[in-house]
Amino acid sequence: MKYDIILSGVGGQGILSIATVIADAALHAGLCVKQAEVHGMSQRGGEVESGLRLSDTEIFSDLLPTGSADMILSMEPMEALRYLPFLSAGGVIVTSSVPLMNIPDYPEKAVSEELKRLPNAVCIDIESIAKSISMPKAANMVLLGAASSRIGLLAPEALREGIARVFAGKGQQIVEANLKAFNAGLNETK
Amino acid sequence: MEKTRLLLGDEAVALGALHAGIKGVYAYPGTPSTEITEFIQKSSLARERGVHASWSTNEKTAMEEALGMSYAGRRSMVCMKHVGMNVAADAFVNSAMTGVNGGLVVVAADDPSMHSSQNEQDSRFYGKFAMIPIVEPSTQQEAYEMTAYAFSLSEQLKLPVLFRLTTRLAHSRAAVNVNDTPGPLQELPVAKDPSSWVLLPANARRRNDALTALQPRLRKLAADSPFLVEKNTGKHAVTGIVTCGTGYNYVMENRPDCPVLKIPQYPLPDEKISGFAENCDEILVVEDGQPFIEEQIRAFIGKDKKVRGRLTGDLPRTGELNPDLVASALGKAVQPLRSKPEAVVPRPPALCMGCGHRDVYIALNKVLADYENARVFADIGCYTLGALPPFCAIDSCVDMGASITMAKGAADAGVWPAVAVIGDSTFTHSGMTGLLDAVNDGSDITVVISDNLTTAMTGGQDSSGTGKFEKICSALGVEPEHLRVVVPLQKNMDEIMDTIRQEIDYHGVSVIIPRRECMQTLARKQRKQKE
Repeated sequence: MKYDIILSGVGGQGILSIATVIADAALHAGLCVKQAEVHGMSQRGGEVESGLRLSDTEIFSDLLPTGSADMILSMEPMEALRYLPFLSAGGVIVTSSVPLMNIPDYPEKAVSEELKRLPNAVCIDIESIAKSISMPKAANMVLLGAASSRIGLLAPEALREGIARVFAGKGQQIVEANLKAFNAGLNETK
Repeated sequence: MEKTRLLLGDEAVALGALHAGIKGVYAYPGTPSTEITEFIQKSSLARERGVHASWSTNEKTAMEEALGMSYAGRRSMVCMKHVGMNVAADAFVNSAMTGVNGGLVVVAADDPSMHSSQNEQDSRFYGKFAMIPIVEPSTQQEAYEMTAYAFSLSEQLKLPVLFRLTTRLAHSRAAVNVNDTPGPLQELPVAKDPSSWVLLPANARRRNDALTALQPRLRKLAADSPFLVEKNTGKHAVTGIVTCGTGYNYVMENRPDCPVLKIPQYPLPDEKISGFAENCDEILVVEDGQPFIEEQIRAFIGKDKKVRGRLTGDLPRTGELNPDLVASALGKAVQPLRSKPEAVVPRPPALCMGCGHRDVYIALNKVLADYENARVFADIGCYTLGALPPFCAIDSCVDMGASITMAKGAADAGVWPAVAVIGDSTFTHSGMTGLLDAVNDGSDITVVISDNLTTAMTGGQDSSGTGKFEKICSALGVEPEHLRVVVPLQKNMDEIMDTIRQEIDYHGVSVIIPRRECMQTLARKQRKQKE
C-alpha cells in the first residue's frame, strides 16, 4: 500500500515543517518514505512544492508520477490547483482558503470557483483558526491537523508523536503550542 | 550495528564522509550542495574530532585546501554545485596529475532543469576530462555508503574521486540505515615525493603517462563496482535499458520487465555494456543530465544497434527527467485526468520585503533614469532578482564576479555609465581580482557592493569578507574619497541617490557599499535570542 502527498504553498509558509512531521511519523511507523524538497531561489516568496511518498514497500522515484497523488495538501488555494495534474482519480485536496496575494492581479474569484467545482476539495480558513487559539504562526500545523484524519497509512496519533519529536529540540512549550494547533485543525474537520 | 535516520541526499553524503574518518570539508555554498557542509558544521562528532568545516572563499580555494589536507595524509572532501567546478577546474584537473595522498573526494551537485542555476552542465564530463573515477549514487542509502567507498577507492588508486549528485537526490529525504559507530579518523604519513607533486613538465609528462595507463583498470573497477545493478538479464529482449543515478529510480518506478543495467561508476565499463547489449535489439539510455553515457555507448555499440535516448528525442534533450518522461520513452505514457486550471498564474520568487537590495535598486533606477545609455552589470545572488518586476534594474548576470569585469570591459569600449552590482560574498569569491584590473586601468566604472553581511541566496552562510570590505577595496587601490558606504533604508534615499550620482560623474573607479543585514539572518538571530 502507498500514499502519495503533494505539499504546496508559497516560500516561507512552512510546508517543509509539515513534510518533516509526516516523514518523521512515517519513519517511526516503519514505512518507506521519500520526500523531495525545493531549496534555494524558489523560497523567496515564490511557489514551493514538496512531494511526499509513503509506502509499505520500496519506493523508487523521489518525484511523484502524474495522476498518483492521493492528497494535495496546500497552504494556499491557488498553489493547491497548480499541482492538479498530479491528483489521482479519488485523490483529495485539503487547502487553506486564504489567498496569499503577493503577485499583481491575483485571480481570487477564479481560484475559489475552481476549488468549489472539485468534488474532493476541503478549504479551511487555517489562519483564523490559528489566530483564534493565539498561534498565528502555527497555521501549518492547523492544516496538518485538518488533513490528518484523511492521510492514509498514518493515524492522527502517529502525527502528534511526530510533532513531539520534531519540535522537541525547541522546548516543551513549542511542542505544546504546535499540538494545540494540530488539534484545532483536526476538530475543524472531524 | 545500524540505526535508521531520515536524511537528505546531501546529509547522507556528509554523514558518510564523517563515518569514513574525514579531517576536513572544504566548500563554498551553492544550491544544491550547501547542506553537505552545513550538516558537518552542526555535527557534534565533527566538533569532537576537530574536523575542519568553515566556508572557503570560493571553490578553487576549497579544492586546493582539500588537496593540501590530502597531501598531509588526511581524508578531505570538497563540495560545490556544478558551476563551482568551473571555478575549481584548474586545481581539480591538476589534482589528477599530482594524485592524492589521503583520500580526496570531490562532490559536484548538478542541477538538471536549472532550479537554482544558470546552466545545465554535467559534471561527469569534468571527471572524464581529468581521467579520474566518478561515482554516482541513485538513492540516499547509496549516497551514504558510496562516500566511504569513494574514500577507499581514492586511497587505493591515489587519485581524487569525483562524486556526482543531482538536485533531486541532494534535496530529497529518505530513510537511511547508518552505522551506529563511526569509523576512526584516517591518517597516512605526510607526502614527501616532490616528483609527484611538482608538476614541472618532466614530472607532469610521467604522471600523465601513468594516469593514462591506469584507464583500463579504472574501467574494470567500474564494471566490478558493488553498486552496479543488473535486472531481468539472461534472456533476449527487444529493449535493454542502460541507466544511472536518479534515472534508475524513474525506470524502476515504471516496473519494467526488460533488462536493466545501472552504471554507478565511471569511466564507463565498456565491455560490461557491450555484453549487456548483446541480448538486446536496441538500447534505451536513461540519464539525468547531458547525454554522457549515450554519446559514449553510441561510439562502441551504435554501429550494430539502435541507441535511443536524449539524442534521438525519445527523452527530452534538456531538463530533469521524471517518472512520466521515462514512462513515455517506454511506451507507457499516462495522460493526466485533470489539467492545470487557467486560474493558476506563475508566482515567481522575489526579494524579501524590507531587503536592503530593494532600496539599492530603487535608488539606482531613479538615478539612472537620467542617463540614457546606462548599463547595469549584475551578478549571482539574491540581487539577481532585480531583473524581475517591479525593478527590471539589471542588464546582465553571467557568472560569479562577472559584474565588475563586464562593466570594465564595456567601459573600455565606451559604455557610460557602466555600473556593477555585486553581493558581499560574490565579491570575495571572484570580484576582487576584477576590481584590481579596473583600478590598474583607471576604468570609468561604478561598483556597488551590496553588503548584507551573509551569503543570503543559499540560506545565510558566513561571508568571507564581512567587516573587511573597505580595507580590501583600499588595498586594491580604490581612492578613499571614492569608496562610499551608505545604509540602504528608505529614509536615506536622498543620500544614497546623491552618492550614486556623484560616483557615476567621477570618471574613474568608485565603490559604493550599501550595508544592512539580510532580513532572514536578522530574523533568525532574533528568534534564537527569544528561545
